[in-house]
Order: sequence, then structure tokens, then C-alpha cells
Amino acid sequence: MKSKSAARLMRSIALHLFLTPLAILWLFPLWMMAVFSTMPDNGIFSPDIVLLPSTQFFDNIANLQRDTDFIRAMMISISVALAYTLLSVALTSMAGWALARYQFFGKGAVLAIILGTITLPYAVVVIPQFIMVARDFKLANTWIALIVPPLFNSLGVLFMRQSFSMMPHELFDAARVEGVKEWRIFLFVALPLARPTIAALSIILFLASWNNYLWPLLINSKPGAMTAPVALGTLIGLTKVSWGGIMAGAVMLTAPMLVVFVLLQRHFIAGIAAGAIK
Amino acid sequence: MAGVSLKNVVKSFGAVGVIHNASLAVEDGEFVVFVGPSGCGKSTLLRMIAGLEDVTSGEISIGGTVVNDVEPAERGIAMVFQSYALYPHMTVEQNLSFGLRMTGNPKADTEARVRRAAEILRITELMGRRPRQLSGGQRQRVAIGRAIVREPQVFLFDEPLSNLDAELRVQMRVEISRLHKELGVTMIYVTHDQTEAMTLADKIVVLRAGNIEQIGRPLDLYGDPDSQFVAGFVGSPKMNFMAAEVIGTGGGGITIELPNQGRARLVMPLQGEMPAKGTSVVLGVRPEHFGRAGQGDCDITVTVDVAEHLGSTSFAYANTIEGEELVIERDPALHELGSDALTVSISAARAYVFDAGGKRLR
Repeated sequence: MKSKSAARLMRSIALHLFLTPLAILWLFPLWMMAVFSTMPDNGIFSPDIVLLPSTQFFDNIANLQRDTDFIRAMMISISVALAYTLLSVALTSMAGWALARYQFFGKGAVLAIILGTITLPYAVVVIPQFIMVARDFKLANTWIALIVPPLFNSLGVLFMRQSFSMMPHELFDAARVEGVKEWRIFLFVALPLARPTIAALSIILFLASWNNYLWPLLINSKPGAMTAPVALGTLIGLTKVSWGGIMAGAVMLTAPMLVVFVLLQRHFIAGIAAGAIK
Repeated sequence: MAGVSLKNVVKSFGAVGVIHNASLAVEDGEFVVFVGPSGCGKSTLLRMIAGLEDVTSGEISIGGTVVNDVEPAERGIAMVFQSYALYPHMTVEQNLSFGLRMTGNPKADTEARVRRAAEILRITELMGRRPRQLSGGQRQRVAIGRAIVREPQVFLFDEPLSNLDAELRVQMRVEISRLHKELGVTMIYVTHDQTEAMTLADKIVVLRAGNIEQIGRPLDLYGDPDSQFVAGFVGSPKMNFMAAEVIGTGGGGITIELPNQGRARLVMPLQGEMPAKGTSVVLGVRPEHFGRAGQGDCDITVTVDVAEHLGSTSFAYANTIEGEELVIERDPALHELGSDALTVSISAARAYVFDAGGKRLR
């Protein structure tokens, strides 16, 4: 018994010795971002390396707000991410349900296409998507353009399909025998049972929208209508770059997500695992 | 209430035939059990009656109406599934009332039906619990309750007791039997357990590889099987089968010899067509039908490998030098199982002969 617990202790120490430097390596840029957000621009570029925060955080925030109307941009980002998450979960759930539960002509092909789109790099998609949305539909600088094009998320469809496929089909047969309509079975039986997957998917989708930079930059560059990452990007000018403001903005963008991740990491990891092994 | 009728029902999945031309009449209020080994098509047949599987050809009627194209909910049936199929996120009460609520049944009526079902099944105190907080037997009761609230004309049970332990299975079997008496409705029950079939059924339908092998009352199937398959499937422990050869015909019967049982000979009276001399046949004797030595029409001597003493009865697992295994039931009071060798007798009146294809020769 003794040797067993000693071996476990040794394993734990070895694991910590291995993981701690990796954690520091990962956390260091985040820490420096937080430190730089509290410094004036000239402090950031001073030859002395400073590892502890200074006192200029609120000045940097004030500059950021003055230059970019950052609070408004944050509000837009939150609204877009919420709307995107809600609509995308609804859409991917319905698609996943159809692919999991119904037999129809071309189902295999539809699945193959959806799977195929995952392998396409975003850079390949973004140009035709921009031309279609901006030129053909004339939707540039609109909320629709920000939210709708990325709505159909292949990964989400596969996530949801997997979740519905894993449910015992007898549950749905029982509801059918009871005379419950298909859409009610979906709404009142399948969706509540898929709650863990929906939670994980929601976090992933919200993060994707929150972090999205390229598409909002291309399609929505009107001052006053930009999302927070794009607004932050405008601080990088040709002549003057306000690094203190950028770092303060980056902290504002990152902190809520870190809190969300810490609170919901169980769901997040469950979702990743569900996609990976089931 | 309503009877169920199947006329030449066929079910295929692509090129694979699952049910071949099944015809059957279930009388109003009857308890019919579909029994057969795994993969024989009994659950598929039940699901076709429920409307959960399409019929490839043939006709299914419930209460005199052809229901081939009728939705499951409109067939007047309720179904209890093997896995219970309770909605895990709902309480017992919500599980019972879900179907009625979703189909717009008046609230007062729904509540009354749920209350009545709960009382019948004695689950009133469980109404606030979720399925995961219930034992297997309680879950099964809730699943049956969900069927009762629909006030169906026909109850369909798909192996409802197979997930329960042996003791609970006996208890639930009695409860289902009581429920049938109380409600008086038609019930169709699928199982692979012949004990369930024998104890519950008014009528048993034995299925084999998508064909109906025999339909009859439990004791008729036990005492008068049409085939070696039915004879072997009904009864526990199962019937013993011994290789035999016809060595003579005439006198209203055949004389057979048992090459693996010390060439014992037995005259079997037959009324139908007699097999020719030299034909290989199979002799069937139930474990409980072996008599004491010298008291039957022929004696055989076997070596007892294992004796199981159950108190009220004993079973000898025996075999001959030629390796033919037999199960023999003995009365413990006879104290016959003390030695390795056992001589028992076979009576022609309590034995069965089957041809090489498994058909009973009468």
C-alpha cells in the first residue's frame, strides 16, 4: 500500500514538474498583456523589462473609448455573438436532427458535403462570401451581414447530429405512439436531452463570434458599427500606434471570455470530447 | 376494445425478408404472446402492428379497420418498450401525462387519467420523481402507466421484463397478468422467454426466422407441438432429442431403434404417413417424462455427470457412451441419483417423433 501511494506521489510531482513550465509559457503573454494595459505607450517600449502592473489602466481605457467608442463596439460584439449563438444553435440543431433521425434521398451526400466544408480553409471561403454578400445581396455594413453568413456551422451540425444519434430511438417511438407531432418531439424530448451538447456548442459558437476578426473587418467597417476586435484594430495607424489602448482593449475582450471559460470549462471540454470520441 | 388481425403480412428490409407471410387472429380481450429466439422477427411484427414499421405487403387490422396507412397514434394502441423509454428529464407525472398534454387533451381529463393509472399501478407516491430516481420495477410500472393513460384498445409489450432481475420479473409478470384481468383489453406481448409466454398467454405464437411456426394455447404447445423447434422451445428444461432409425413399420406404427442409447427399441404408434424403413428420425422426450426402469416401453441406461437437487425435484445431466446428452427429471424421494449409472424408461405415449426436417410425425 505504502509503495503504491509513494509511486502515485512521484507521478504527481513529475506531472507537475512537466506541466508547470508549460502553464507559465501559456500564461506569460496573457500576463504581459495585462501589465502593458496598465502602462503608458512610452513605458511599454522602455528598455527596462517590467513584469509588474503600473497605474495607467483607466487612462488607457479612456483613450481607447475616445479613439474608438469601444463601449459601443463591445455592445455590438455582445449582441452579434448572442444573436449568432442563438440562431446558429437553432439552425444546427434542426439540421442535426434531420440528419440523425430521417432517412431521405441524398442524405449521405449531404453529410459528405457538410464534412467537406470543414476541410476548406476559411481564406478560400471568405472572398466568394464577401462578393456574394456585399455585391450580390448588397448587405455590406449591416447586422445581417455580420450574423447570417457564418450561421450554418458544419461542426455544430455534426455535433448535434451525433448527440441526437446517441439518444435511444425508443424515446421518439414512444412519443410517436402517443401522438406527439414531430416538431414537438424535437422541441420537448430531443432538445432538452441534448442540453449538455447545446451548452458546449453555445460556448464554442459564442467564442467563435466574439473572436471573429476577418469577416467583420471586411463586411462591416463603418465607424460606429464595428465589432470590438475591428474597433481595436483601427488603433493600429500608419503613424501612431496606441499600444496601451490596444492592450487595455485586449484585456477587456479577453477577461470576460476567461471568466466564462473557467465557469463553464466542464461543458466546454465535454463538448470537445463528445465531438472527438463518440 | 378490439381484436387484431394479420393477413399475409410480409416485411422486408431491402432484399432481406424479415417476416414471411404471417397470418394471425387475436381475439378481443385476448392475451397473446409472440415468442421465439432473437432475430426471429417478433419485435418487428409488433412494431408493424404499432405502426412504427411499414408493412411491405399484406394487411393489418385493428378492431376490424385496416390500419396499414394509419398513424401509430390513431391505431388505438399503446406500447411498452424494452428500455421503458421514459423521458429522463420529466417527472413521473409529466411522463404519464406528456402524450395527452401534447395532443391537447383537456387538463381535467388528463389529470384524472394519470391519477387512475397511478392508483392502478400503486405509483402515486412516486409522481414527483424522475426516472433515474426509480428502481427498475418502478420504471417498468411508469412505462405501463404511460400506456394505461391512453386508454388503448390494444396494449403492445416489447420484451418489457428483460431488463429486470429474476425476482422482479416474476413479480411484474403477476402484475401484468392482474392488469390484463382488471382492464380486460387485448394485449400482445413479445418475449424470448418461454416461461413468460407459458405463464402469461391465453395464446402463444411461436416464431422462427420470420415464419409463424405454431399458434396455440400454452399447454397445447407443450403437449402437442407441431415441430421439433416448438417442442424444443416450449418447456424448461427443454425437451431431449435422440437420434433414431426406423427399423420396421406396420401395425399402426413404426419401430425405432436408438443407436446412441444402447440400441434400445421402441414402437411408436402413428396415424399419418409412415416413414420408410431405414429413415433417420428424431425421438423427443421431455425431462419429466422419463419413467422408472421397467415401467415404460423401453429402458435406457445413462451415466449421470451432474445432479442438481432443487428440493421439490432433481435434474440429472447425463450422457451415453456415444455422447448423446440428456436431462432427466427425477423425484428426489426415489433416491436414484446417488450413483453414476441411471436406468430410466421411455413410454411411447409420452414421446414424440420428428422427421429429419423437424416436422412432427403423428
